[in-house]
Amino acid sequence: MIELIIFITLLAFGYIFGKMAENRHYKSIFAREKKLLRIPALTIKTIPQDNLQITGELVSGSVVVSVDYFKRFLANLRNLFGGRIISYETLLDRARREAILRMKEQAAEKGALVIMNVRLETASINKSSRKRNNVGSVEVFAYGTALAAVSNS
Amino acid sequence: MIITNIEQVPGKNIIEHFGLVQGNTIRAKHIGRDFMASLKNIFGGELKGYTELLSEARSEATDRMKAQAEAFGANAIVNVRYSTSSVAQGAAELYAYGTAVRVE
Repeated sequence: MIELIIFITLLAFGYIFGKMAENRHYKSIFAREKKLLRIPALTIKTIPQDNLQITGELVSGSVVVSVDYFKRFLANLRNLFGGRIISYETLLDRARREAILRMKEQAAEKGALVIMNVRLETASINKSSRKRNNVGSVEVFAYGTALAAVSNS
Repeated sequence: MIITNIEQVPGKNIIEHFGLVQGNTIRAKHIGRDFMASLKNIFGGELKGYTELLSEARSEATDRMKAQAEAFGANAIVNVRYSTSSVAQGAAELYAYGTAVRVE
């Protein structure tokens, strides 16, 4: 009985706080994406040829996020029937966008115009031998070359 | 030391290639951080301890790669790639590699 109560409390906590955290995160992602729209992140390698004198430097951003108890429970249920696991889709979406935003913020500090050859690396660091919490948390690392114009003064 | 992940150094000409340079590090998770992370696993959200741990480890791998390039007499590394693999339970390997070059 006591175990059931703990389980339901954890589910409720996970649902409420997880939902709050996700909404807050998405809000901040939308706001910052709008602000950093002036620095495009490209996946092409060739530098556009023009007369600007430019310099380049590696910029990167990384983030580790985890899902809440409720979503993990849903995902475990899904494992029985198969199909889309929406809760993990939003987790990875948030992680990738956050990593790209952090990279862009670093580029903005350097006064960059554009980020070239952006690569995204995903790793699940919490790999455990217990099958239960296999995904749980995910790390996304974004990196690219930020190009800045050299001032002539 | 200039590091880029495209095939050239913007605004500069490459005059000499030195070949592959690499750096790696393997980090295990900290027990205190692990405890905080397991709490976060209930509520969801960012695991700041792990983010720090991994970015520290990545800069360590980058530093080792840079040291190797400096030993060759290079002053830039182009086409840098990062990769991550988990070798053992609770430990992650961070690996950085690129081509050491000298620019004007």
